[in-house]
Amino acid sequence: MTVLYIALMIVGCVGLGWVFRFTGQRISDNAPYFRDMGLGSAFGFALGMVVLLWVVVTYYRGITAEGQDANKYFFFLVAVHGLIAFSVLAYFFRVLGTLIGSEGSKKVFRNMPLTASFGIVIILAYAFVSLFAGQISVTTIVIVGVIGLIIAEIVRAGGDGDAAKGIGAAFGIAIVIMIVMFFVGPLAPYGQEEVLAKANVVPGGNPAMGGDPEFPLGTDQIGRDILSRLIYGAQNTVGIAFATTVLSFLIGGSLGLLAATLGGWLDQVVSRAVDVLMAIPALIFALLLMTIASAWAGSEKWLLTVFMVIIIAVIDSTRVFRLSRAVGLNIVVMDYIEAAKLRGEGLSYLIFREILPNATAPLLAEFGLRFCFVFLTIASLSFLGVGIQPPLADWGTMVKDLAQFINFAAFAPQVASAPLLAAGAIALLTVAVNFVVDWMLHKSSGLKE
Amino acid sequence: MSDLLVKIRDLKIEGRSDEIWNPIINGIDLDLHKGEVLGLIGESGAGKSTVGLASMGFTRDGVRISGGSVEFDGIDLLTASAAVKRGLLGKRIAYVAQSAAASFNPAHKLLDQHTEGPVQHGVMSKGDSEKDGMELYRKLRLPDPDSIGFRYPHQVSGGQLQRAMTAMAMACRPDLIIFDEPTTALDVTTQIEVLASIREIVEEYNTAAIYITHDLAVVAQMADRIKVLLKGDEVEEADTRTMLSDPQEDYTKSLWAVREFQRPAKPAVITGATPVVAVKNVTAAYGKIPVLHDVSFDIHEGRTVAVVGESGSGKSTTARCITGLLPPKQGVIEFDGTPMPLDYRKRTKDQLRQAQMIYQMADTALNPRKSIGEIIGRPVQFYGGLSGKAKRRRVDELLDQIELPGDQYHDRLPSELSGGQKQRIGIARALAAEPKFIICDEVTSALDQLVAEGILRLLARLQDELKLSYMFITHDLATVRSIADEVVVMKDGKVVEQGPKNEMFTPPHHPYTDLLLSSVPEMDPDWLDKVLADRGVDNIGDAAVGKMN
Repeated sequence: MTVLYIALMIVGCVGLGWVFRFTGQRISDNAPYFRDMGLGSAFGFALGMVVLLWVVVTYYRGITAEGQDANKYFFFLVAVHGLIAFSVLAYFFRVLGTLIGSEGSKKVFRNMPLTASFGIVIILAYAFVSLFAGQISVTTIVIVGVIGLIIAEIVRAGGDGDAAKGIGAAFGIAIVIMIVMFFVGPLAPYGQEEVLAKANVVPGGNPAMGGDPEFPLGTDQIGRDILSRLIYGAQNTVGIAFATTVLSFLIGGSLGLLAATLGGWLDQVVSRAVDVLMAIPALIFALLLMTIASAWAGSEKWLLTVFMVIIIAVIDSTRVFRLSRAVGLNIVVMDYIEAAKLRGEGLSYLIFREILPNATAPLLAEFGLRFCFVFLTIASLSFLGVGIQPPLADWGTMVKDLAQFINFAAFAPQVASAPLLAAGAIALLTVAVNFVVDWMLHKSSGLKE
Repeated sequence: MSDLLVKIRDLKIEGRSDEIWNPIINGIDLDLHKGEVLGLIGESGAGKSTVGLASMGFTRDGVRISGGSVEFDGIDLLTASAAVKRGLLGKRIAYVAQSAAASFNPAHKLLDQHTEGPVQHGVMSKGDSEKDGMELYRKLRLPDPDSIGFRYPHQVSGGQLQRAMTAMAMACRPDLIIFDEPTTALDVTTQIEVLASIREIVEEYNTAAIYITHDLAVVAQMADRIKVLLKGDEVEEADTRTMLSDPQEDYTKSLWAVREFQRPAKPAVITGATPVVAVKNVTAAYGKIPVLHDVSFDIHEGRTVAVVGESGSGKSTTARCITGLLPPKQGVIEFDGTPMPLDYRKRTKDQLRQAQMIYQMADTALNPRKSIGEIIGRPVQFYGGLSGKAKRRRVDELLDQIELPGDQYHDRLPSELSGGQKQRIGIARALAAEPKFIICDEVTSALDQLVAEGILRLLARLQDELKLSYMFITHDLATVRSIADEVVVMKDGKVVEQGPKNEMFTPPHHPYTDLLLSSVPEMDPDWLDKVLADRGVDNIGDAAVGKMN
């Protein structure tokens, strides 16, 4: 019966497509666009229209539904509202970008697809949230200011006055934001370890549904505020993932470029070692090493986190090594490298001044992608219980802790959304980073639309 | 006229860059009659290829036709439906690209790719098309015409591949073929063979052709009429003979005059003088494959030694031996009478400084992420120890020497320069080391003729001013004629002949030198006929080289 419906649907869409194309040809007086349109494209248009119609109808039924019936439409409505909200957000962020900034940055924003704009605004939001989750201390502000001063002065002494001004301005803005946030206070309403009076408050903040306006996203089984833990989770998970990715790029990138430049036995030894590491499934290998590390760490929870960073960074650096070696090999054969070698330049000049600047585009794109994988690995390890340790808030652990509420999805969607909030936070960041990476890859490949 | 095949009127084409549409072609008219060959010439960026593609009703990505009309045999290609165009392209209009090696699919055999068109268009069955392909291969004088089609593209040589591509274009017996620089990437000895085959087959089937090239001597052999383009505008159009003997416009005259640059001969080298560079009995190999056998020659102060030969003859390998990138198995490299360490890693900074290189492809020779100031400034700092203001002054001085104003170019990136300017930066980088000796590896072969002449004049001037010695690697004998003092002819890793330029260009020659010299196209429309009459069709190109071994 279902097969019959699907067949009927396809035939109907083909018919609809044919009618669409025929009307197009008549109305536009046989314009090349409609004249040269294949039936396949017309079918695509028709199917798209049917799906859009279905979404509109379902949405209307969703907002008018009452009582138990409304629960069926709960997640659908969240998806539609989220999509619209994020599209609008991305659109206005892009408009903002075209209005302020330098001529160069304005141009970048004008040519930016909506997906990339969405990705950038989400990444900025995550960075902001993770930086200012807790109360910012005066010491931090002073340290950042001193670091900025030192860097700007070093650059100025190097003879690049304009770059020094740019760095100074960037640090100035950062300090202004930090001072503002100092007075605004922490973004998280409660502490990440704070156990509050009410446990199992349903997300939504609606008392009729079992919520509480005090805890807009509810509390978990032992009464910790989910919103606060989400915000601190951003700090922990994203911060640790970022540190891990940077470390894996330091290891993999420098070894890869070194292998590409020197070649010979060093290349063979490192490449074969990487082959061996890559032959073992990454997650299982990480689990195995984490089990060993937890024995070493003993009761020192922070030591286990350090071990985790190192383990994931080493495992992930094998992928980075492969890429940077391949990219490096393509650059090493260039005549300008030969010219530099014949000049008698040293290895570090060759790698950092001649090769690295030409490898930044693919490496930066890979950085985004690697960040996602590292981030998901950390969340998976935490979900399995060997990652970031409580009482530190972490999205993977939050999903695990609240996982049993998923079963309520059919009749109490608000309750089921408790674990999905953390999962959604993970998904949102992964999608955002991928959008930005796709856009950067598209740009660096030089393709035109 | 009824036999008008292609009729282009007021064609305007725009290309998109930086968010705006810039004009590429500003209104060009073009007529092509059945069986006629039209030569399109101009420097790079003149819009030759764009016009060639537009005459098929096609534009590259990011390019659009913004006005005018293109008619093929009465069919308006700009408004024709995709189905109509599909019926024409490949069947009645065919295209031969510059690089056959990049245009063939490496995963399929030649004959399988050959039959694709006829079978797709329903002209012939696969079997008939295969037989026809072998027949075409025979007509194009490919070796083993019955079996060569069953090889993969990498198993045949560049010249053979180009002819196989011509055969493929001929597969449906089209009315029009567009040749886009089909011989630019080939050696002179191979080029002549491809030219002869193309001309013969185009005449035999009475095919009309648009022949795009920047080589005037080549177009003189191939075309009935010549159209000269400059920056998207037509300069002039005339019959080949009229055009060659009596060009009307200044631009055309300047194109014609390029090959006249010649340096006065220098006095003979004093016997017994120590050469700046001496290559003595050098034998080298890549792994176990020998590439150089017992190569010896001297380069004296203030003189230019041109090393000529076809690709694979060991010219560039000799340069790699001198610079130390490929340490020779036997032999000695001497600078000023002192033997050099064979590996460049063992040479001192000062020894490295003395020999500099200028590369063929300025695109890959300059780091695209560094500004001109950094590129030239690095050797100034590295060898001269200058920094800050002194370094900047020296860089400006060098830019001045290569005739580029320093304040404008100092902060630009290589991508913001033209091909000729990039090559000048390459020269400045070599000069920055204050060397005695510079290796010029095909420095002009990627450039347009007018620009190339400018580079040659610059190199000659610098030589006179700074007493530089050049080793000039080239396969273009016109360049040799204009700049060299001595000539070394190489073949299969051996020096077959060497001596002062004047001796080399007057007979008697070594047979290989003779073949090389007589294969260089001349600006005479009858040249190809003469060569063919003198030597016979089976005695040119690869076949002749083969007989010599």
